[in-house]
Amino acid sequence: MLSGSLSVLLLRIVLGRLATMAITLFGVAVIVFVVIRVVPGNPVAMMLPPGATEADIARLNALYGLDKSIPEQFVIWLGGVVQGDFGTSISTRQPVLDLVLGRLPATLELSIFALVLAVIIGGVMALTGTRFRGTRTEGAVDVANGVGLSVPDFLWGLVFILLFGVLWPIFHISGRISPALDLPFVTQFYVFESIVRLRFDLWWDLLTHMFMPALALAIPLAAIISQLLKQSLKETMHLDYVVLARTKGYGENRVIVGEALRNAVLPTLTLIGVQFTFLIGGTVIIERLFSYEGLGNMAIDAVINRDLPLIQGIVIVFALIFTVVNLIVDMLYAVLNPRLRHA
Amino acid sequence: MNSITRRTVLKASSALAAAGMVGVPALAQEIEELVIAYNVNLPSWDPTVGPSAVNPTIQGLYQSVFDMFIHQNPDLSFAPGLITDWGWNEDRSQIFMDVREGVTWHNGDPFTAEDVAWSLERAGNPETGNPIQFVWGTIGNFSVDGNRVTADVKQFDPTIFKWMAFLTGYVMPKKYFEEVGAEGFEAAPIGTGPYMVDRFERNAFVRLKANENYWNGAPEFKTVTIKFVTDSASRVAEVESGNSHVTLEMPYEEYDRLKGRAGLAGSDRPISDIGMIFINDVDVMLDPNVRKAMAHAIDKPLIVERLLSGYGVPIDTLQTPEYVAFDPSITVEHNPDKARELLAASGYSPDNPVRFTIQTTRGFKPKDYEIIQAIVGLWRQVGIKAEIEVYEIAKHFELRAADQLAPAAFYNWGNAVGDPTTSTGFAMFGPSPHSVWDGEELVNKIAPLWGEADEDKRIQGWKDVDRFVAENALVIPLMQYVQPILHSDQVKVVQHASGALLPHLMTRA
Repeated sequence: MLSGSLSVLLLRIVLGRLATMAITLFGVAVIVFVVIRVVPGNPVAMMLPPGATEADIARLNALYGLDKSIPEQFVIWLGGVVQGDFGTSISTRQPVLDLVLGRLPATLELSIFALVLAVIIGGVMALTGTRFRGTRTEGAVDVANGVGLSVPDFLWGLVFILLFGVLWPIFHISGRISPALDLPFVTQFYVFESIVRLRFDLWWDLLTHMFMPALALAIPLAAIISQLLKQSLKETMHLDYVVLARTKGYGENRVIVGEALRNAVLPTLTLIGVQFTFLIGGTVIIERLFSYEGLGNMAIDAVINRDLPLIQGIVIVFALIFTVVNLIVDMLYAVLNPRLRHA
Repeated sequence: MNSITRRTVLKASSALAAAGMVGVPALAQEIEELVIAYNVNLPSWDPTVGPSAVNPTIQGLYQSVFDMFIHQNPDLSFAPGLITDWGWNEDRSQIFMDVREGVTWHNGDPFTAEDVAWSLERAGNPETGNPIQFVWGTIGNFSVDGNRVTADVKQFDPTIFKWMAFLTGYVMPKKYFEEVGAEGFEAAPIGTGPYMVDRFERNAFVRLKANENYWNGAPEFKTVTIKFVTDSASRVAEVESGNSHVTLEMPYEEYDRLKGRAGLAGSDRPISDIGMIFINDVDVMLDPNVRKAMAHAIDKPLIVERLLSGYGVPIDTLQTPEYVAFDPSITVEHNPDKARELLAASGYSPDNPVRFTIQTTRGFKPKDYEIIQAIVGLWRQVGIKAEIEVYEIAKHFELRAADQLAPAAFYNWGNAVGDPTTSTGFAMFGPSPHSVWDGEELVNKIAPLWGEADEDKRIQGWKDVDRFVAENALVIPLMQYVQPILHSDQVKVVQHASGALLPHLMTRA
């Protein structure tokens, strides 16, 4: 159970964040709305057939509400958003909210899987580097971190496609699930639902589709986690309580994992929160590369087609995710950090 | 001490390999289910409304499920489809269309003449959002008598029947659409085409089942999965790994590398897509010597050979050899000396070059930027200094519609029906939003051809226009593209000159 002071602290964080969230989202909405209308590329010009006249252009502009001024368009759109109507996609002619919510679970599952991979890989590397500090193993960990940081995620993706898709074809190159499988799912959270339904055949198929894109997303983050955690562990290893544990006769593994890690993990946790938002941003390119049916892939199509309502919807959802993730990180930090907890 | 041993690594590798074997099913020797790695996503299933309706790259998907009013053969010639006979009455005040009998929709409903009349009426209604409404609106007052549909001609358009095999010219199911509405149709589309939609995952794939009752014969592959793989490297990997059997739109070098590999084959033929340089009648482009010098300085065969690995056909007009108004006698020779002479007559030389901007996309079409770089290099040798400006394709559309393109602008133009109105006509007729050459002389030459009822006279008229355009260098046609298709050697691919990749034309090799 949460103590009284912690509850107050969490409530203060939530209220403060909610207020800034609303301002942030409004700011994002204004910026994205104006910017995508100012940059070159009119959706009506994109669909003009040969032979279209000025009257045809005017008719199409009116059909998509583009004949009004930008402030007028914004007010109409914002009025709809407040009521849960994000408009209709120009290219798919489907409600934007349905499209975005339909694809969001795929991106969230991919991002969370990538995060889990990053934490496992980064954590293992940091612990290994700390355990074998001063040896060649630590040097190897540092080199691996350097490589992980310097190669961008999409390049990892291409390497994995070549290695595990073509040369040694053990993972699927594209998509989220095999088209031939019949899906009993009622939600879009396929991985979660496949576990709940005990359909491990589907779960495995999903995993073999997700593995390469998730790993490509995870490696740069894993390198960052590894580097920071190793540094924190190194500093913690010299603290009195760790030295005391060692003098008590604890083994090195127990000292690192059981004593040093708990304190060393806090700065890494904050970093993970911040980096997770970058990781979600990275899904745009990675989903495209692996033809993964998530929000990022849809975002690129929306930009190519100048599908203004869909671009707006996707950006707002991404902004919402970023702010919610930051809120969760702040709350977790408050719960885990004793200095804040007892302040 | 914990350490990573050789045994641990071997165990992990074996587990991973075993996992891989379970994870990816091996494709059977004989292909049961055809898998195609397609280069674009399918945004919407209604082939008559919205931006995707006029997106040429999506038409192959639509034509797998829906039929057009009039059928088009792979060589672009027309043939009876859902409409078996068509034409005008004597004074061209009415059109008639005889509708094929015995056809059924994918849900088993009978296909009727009412469907044709309703589809045409809907297409011509400005409120439905059909981008080609301006064509369909030229006919109206439909009446149905048995299997014959007649309509009044509001404005004579000699190409109206050609449009019935072109963008948005699809027959839609009246009864079903009225029952389920636009949203229901999007969720469960039906047509009369060779394949039925079995499952559709947006941004991922569409699974098609063969229509065994298809009027033109059931397709050979009973199940086809079309994966939307938008990245070309991933598409190539799909085919290379055996996960997909057919793919398109890849770098020519990759195509050459893979087509001879064991288990793979390649098909390539010219399609109705051309590369060209628009010339805007502004600044130095008003000087005919400059324009003509630009045209004479370009070595098109060299560009095709070196940059497109030979996958292109040099052209001198906006008509390709498959089009009805193609005239092989209209040529523009590569002659750098003549280019220098023309420029000298206007006071330009390599030391005092004429300067202008040329716009191009980069990566939108194969080697687009590199082609323009090469052309700029050739121009420099004769006394033309062009500065390259890279723009996005969306910007090109916007600038072209506003008549604000740079003096020269590279673009590609498709004309899947092969009629001169949809190439030279719309690209060069000043009042069209697609034309940036507004010269009055050309407008006057083209204007009478829009309504010309005598077909021979009409085609000859367009050839004359093409000659005028070539002689005055009002546009610089460069090359017709060749479409490479990489596929399993167990699949025989019949390519359609429109560029549409059609699974029902594929058979087992």
